[in-house]
Amino acid sequence: VSERWEQVAQTQLTKPEESADVAIIGAGPAGLTAAARLHKLAPGSKVIVIEREGQAGGIPRHAFHQGYGLRDLHTSLPGPAYARRLVESAVAADADLRLRTQVTGWSDDGALEMTSPAGVSHLYARAVILASGCRERPRSARMVSGSRPAGVMTTGTLQQLVYLHGKTPGTRAVVVGAEHVAFSAVSTLAHGGATTVAITTELPRHQSYAAFRWGAAARYTTISGAVPKPLALLTRTAVIEIHGGERVSAVTVLDLNSGASRVIECDTVVFTGDWIPDHELAVSAGLGLDAGTRGPRVDGALRTARAGLFAAGNVLHGAETGDVAALSGRHVAGAVADFLGGERWPRSLVPIECAPPLHWVVPNAVEARLAASAQASDDRPAAPPRDRYLLRAHEELIDVRIAISQDGRALGSARLARVMPGRSAALDTTWATAVDPGGGPVVIRVTRARRR
Amino acid sequence: MSAAAFDVAVVGAGDVGAAIARELSRFELRVVLIDKGDVGAGTSKANTAILHSGFDCKPGTLEARLVARGHDLLLGYAAEVGIPVEETGALMVAWNEAELARIEEIQASAFACGYKDARPIGIDELYRREPALAAGALGALEIPDEFIVCPWTPPLAYATQAVLAGCTLLRGVEVVGLAGAGAGEATGWRVALSDGSELTAGWMVNAAGLYSDVVHRLVGRDGFAVTPRRGELIVFDKLARPLVNHILLPIPTGKTKGVLIAPTVFGNVMLGPTADDLNDKTATGSTVDGLARLRTLGLRLMPRLLEHEVTAVYAGLRAATEHPDYVLEVDGEARYVCAGGIRSTGLTSGMAIAEWVRDGLADAGLALLEREEALPEITMPNIGEAIPRPYMRPEVVALDPMYGEVVCFCERVTRGEIRDALAGVIPPADAGGLRRRTRALAGRCQGFFCGARVAELLEDGLTPLVVDSRSDALGEGSVS
Repeated sequence: VSERWEQVAQTQLTKPEESADVAIIGAGPAGLTAAARLHKLAPGSKVIVIEREGQAGGIPRHAFHQGYGLRDLHTSLPGPAYARRLVESAVAADADLRLRTQVTGWSDDGALEMTSPAGVSHLYARAVILASGCRERPRSARMVSGSRPAGVMTTGTLQQLVYLHGKTPGTRAVVVGAEHVAFSAVSTLAHGGATTVAITTELPRHQSYAAFRWGAAARYTTISGAVPKPLALLTRTAVIEIHGGERVSAVTVLDLNSGASRVIECDTVVFTGDWIPDHELAVSAGLGLDAGTRGPRVDGALRTARAGLFAAGNVLHGAETGDVAALSGRHVAGAVADFLGGERWPRSLVPIECAPPLHWVVPNAVEARLAASAQASDDRPAAPPRDRYLLRAHEELIDVRIAISQDGRALGSARLARVMPGRSAALDTTWATAVDPGGGPVVIRVTRARRR
Repeated sequence: MSAAAFDVAVVGAGDVGAAIARELSRFELRVVLIDKGDVGAGTSKANTAILHSGFDCKPGTLEARLVARGHDLLLGYAAEVGIPVEETGALMVAWNEAELARIEEIQASAFACGYKDARPIGIDELYRREPALAAGALGALEIPDEFIVCPWTPPLAYATQAVLAGCTLLRGVEVVGLAGAGAGEATGWRVALSDGSELTAGWMVNAAGLYSDVVHRLVGRDGFAVTPRRGELIVFDKLARPLVNHILLPIPTGKTKGVLIAPTVFGNVMLGPTADDLNDKTATGSTVDGLARLRTLGLRLMPRLLEHEVTAVYAGLRAATEHPDYVLEVDGEARYVCAGGIRSTGLTSGMAIAEWVRDGLADAGLALLEREEALPEITMPNIGEAIPRPYMRPEVVALDPMYGEVVCFCERVTRGEIRDALAGVIPPADAGGLRRRTRALAGRCQGFFCGARVAELLEDGLTPLVVDSRSDALGEGSVS
């Protein structure tokens, strides 16, 4: 090996350059759907989709539960079938799909720096769509103390182990988190032969409407044939310590109401949900992150503060379902086509901020046009995907009254049946036309609500 | 069955033991290096990764001398074999008048240790050089020769070179018994190993780190006890790296050097370590309380750092003893060398300790005949950020496309590097071993994307640490 390294030390290769109209980073639901749509909206444009995995499709590749495709394809598919469908559409739309290719950064003159087995190269694109998705925070990012044994993983790792690599995850699992994905983890664990002994959430309730369905699925799909006990959903409960030498032996959980702690024996701990956008390329592009979403700031057309750089799908926020990401990709394709057709980039973005207990809103900016126009109907800010702003809260509230203001001036109000963590509420767009493009941040706040 | 015979047995393949084995491999000696786990997988793997200048050692101690010497040795060696080092320098920051008043005294103490380049800097310069530091600092002492270094590569480099020079490396076996092996020519030791086998060695070198007191007692001695001192560390996301330019040290208290903020050669920022004396040498877990203390302190030192994601949390145990200095001794009569009680400075001083042991052995009568051949030249895989890594180098990828196939996306570890590690002179035995050799799985996603794939590659190419038949492994230059 070292001889080979000596040999290469003698040579200097330049990085080959290529160009495209559109580069899409990430071949998950958002990126693939954008690619397919661009074929229709900007025919003849050269679109390259860059995917670092060996297979396109994103997270649905290894999420085997049903329910994918409801909103975009109007059908319900298991993840892998959905992923295949999206890949086929993109390929049929002449997208140039580059697998095992990672964008590692930006060159000084704005090219994408890429590495693949084919080489290290630079790609110059007129428009770039960041569609790199999100990931679950691992145990370390959640600062759960204790030893560092094997058997601790995220749902992402679990699904790949079980579905892509045919491995057995363990026998007794504790699942941390109670968003939708937690119940998917339970189902995956069951498929892999493991029993889930508890699901924990620090919140007072789970955040999935599918809870019982997944719970039921888990109960009947345990391969071992053993009859599992009904799932224990431990609310207001935090996993505070992991025990074990080589392998996990137990976790300590803390009851946040009573302050009492106890030990649950298990050999597997799955950290689910608590998503964070894979935002590295947004940061290295010089974009600041929204404190709530931890993703880049975009306007309704999914344009960032950097000219030519768009962002779509779950890189904008914690995970929405695959179909919602796909529709975000479809939406951004329209904006990209307009941009290729000569539409000007916003001069700047007016941020939209959330006051606690609201957590985040997306889109989280309104474009600042050259001047507030009298012809509001012609000069409306770009509408967001699905014509709605997605809103999340730190805690579950019902009968919620929302006020939207800018520099102390009321822009509008709304009534929402519910806001919560883990699942988005939809806020309409009527207020957006009243935003002063030269003004300060727009602030969304709760004026009245009830705790559930 | 006749036991394999060695001239020197080194117990412990950490920074100290591996460096000693390497140093002794220059000579016509049969050397065996024994570790109960992997190379550098004990206390060496979890430290603050600082290449110390020795400015804050206790003047007059052996530690002060060996750290200063080790700094230069390791710096030179790092350049030679490719150990990542960044010459960041350190700033020791004073936060109140009492601390500010101590800067002069610390500078004088550094001077007494032979370190003359420390100099006080004012508030303006401090904040110009570290703009993200919390407000309220009153000044600092600059120590230009405190550097950051890769904590994982040094012991692997030492052991690799030793093995290539003919040293036998036994991994996954523990020394369970030691007995004198007779008199005259046969003087030395019979070493019983945990796998039931035995070997003989003319000399015993104890470099067993946390367990150096245990080995010391096996030898039949008393005199020191290792009290593990746990240090918990938080490693922040690479996106935090631009916040920190130097190693930021606190003014030390009597007991510890305190909690620091430092960049790492992998491009992260670390905050730690805590210092808690324990009884349990296996207590390498982090604690609710320790992490809370670090967060509180971190918020006071650099609030913006705490806004970043945490990539890893770990705890290391320092091999602290009741003695303020290293426990270094050579007993010519018993043919025993103790290199114990070496705390976090062992990373820096390892090569200097090895020289000291070499000289001590020579003085005690061990014949050191230099081999005709110099130590084989090696190049360690670069896992640091300061020089280009394989994925960035078009000429490397062009030569072998596997260096263009990124497997661990967060740390940009390629399939080529994983393959090389698995086929290396001292291959990893588990995921942790692979991480220390390549950085695979050390990043922000902790396996969300690549965990299953890395596990598969590891499984396909893994060599178990303990081989079934050790007979083969006892030949020259072999590894088990």
